[in-house]
Amino acid sequence: MFGQILFFFVAAVAIAAGIGLVISRNPVSSALWLVLNLFCIAILYITLNAQFLGVIQILVYAGAIMVLFLFVIMLLNLSELPHLKAVNWKVGAIFVLAMAVLAQLVYMIAKGLDVLPEPTTAEASAETGSAYLIGQELFTRYALPLEVIGILLLVATIGAVMLAKRRFV
Amino acid sequence: MEVTIVWYLSLSAVLFVIGVMGVLLRRNVIVVLMSVELMLNAVNLTLVAFSQSMGDAAGQILVFFVISVAAAEAAVGLAIVIALFRKKMTVDITQFNLFKH
Repeated sequence: MFGQILFFFVAAVAIAAGIGLVISRNPVSSALWLVLNLFCIAILYITLNAQFLGVIQILVYAGAIMVLFLFVIMLLNLSELPHLKAVNWKVGAIFVLAMAVLAQLVYMIAKGLDVLPEPTTAEASAETGSAYLIGQELFTRYALPLEVIGILLLVATIGAVMLAKRRFV
Repeated sequence: MEVTIVWYLSLSAVLFVIGVMGVLLRRNVIVVLMSVELMLNAVNLTLVAFSQSMGDAAGQILVFFVISVAAAEAAVGLAIVIALFRKKMTVDITQFNLFKH
């Protein structure tokens, strides 16, 4: 009972935050709506027994990526620029397209779930989210992607610094 | 009526479609980048829901990698936005039309 109420509430806030992100006039407001959405998704991760990912989501996504977005918005001083209206004559077509995509996704969910394997017991799924098991998988079976991600982050950092410099040297 | 995986997948689908509308409708390039982040989060929610339902940690490992790649992409994308802003003094995507003949 409590689980369903929590899920409904968090899902409603997440959807409202998503809509707020898309229709907000001020880019700072959009960023703050996205932070609220990320918090809701972190709560959903914790209800799905993914405790490590819930904390990582708040630390990395809401704590680093969104701070970067807000830095750039403040740096470019965007609130002083004139408000950009949406591309008006396309709104209807885009809405229809988005509803078509949503219908396809809901159809997939409704039709395709009987091919899933049997859901596991609560104890097994409760364990998979712990930092111990994630770390165990990351450093043994997925050690190569982990190192590649490290190199990717290094390259992205160098690229970002070079791109944002005043003289491209 | 307990919370099954279908609920999480439906929520993820709705969030993904909201992100798609944000990417297509907004003219501010930073809001477009934030809508892409919303789409990535919707997919992450799907991955974690399946990971819990199947008892396999591979879904959560993939989410870990997706978050890292999203961070790298946000950094480089925003650096490009800064470089473009220095040139054009705007963040309107309809003004970034150097390829247009």
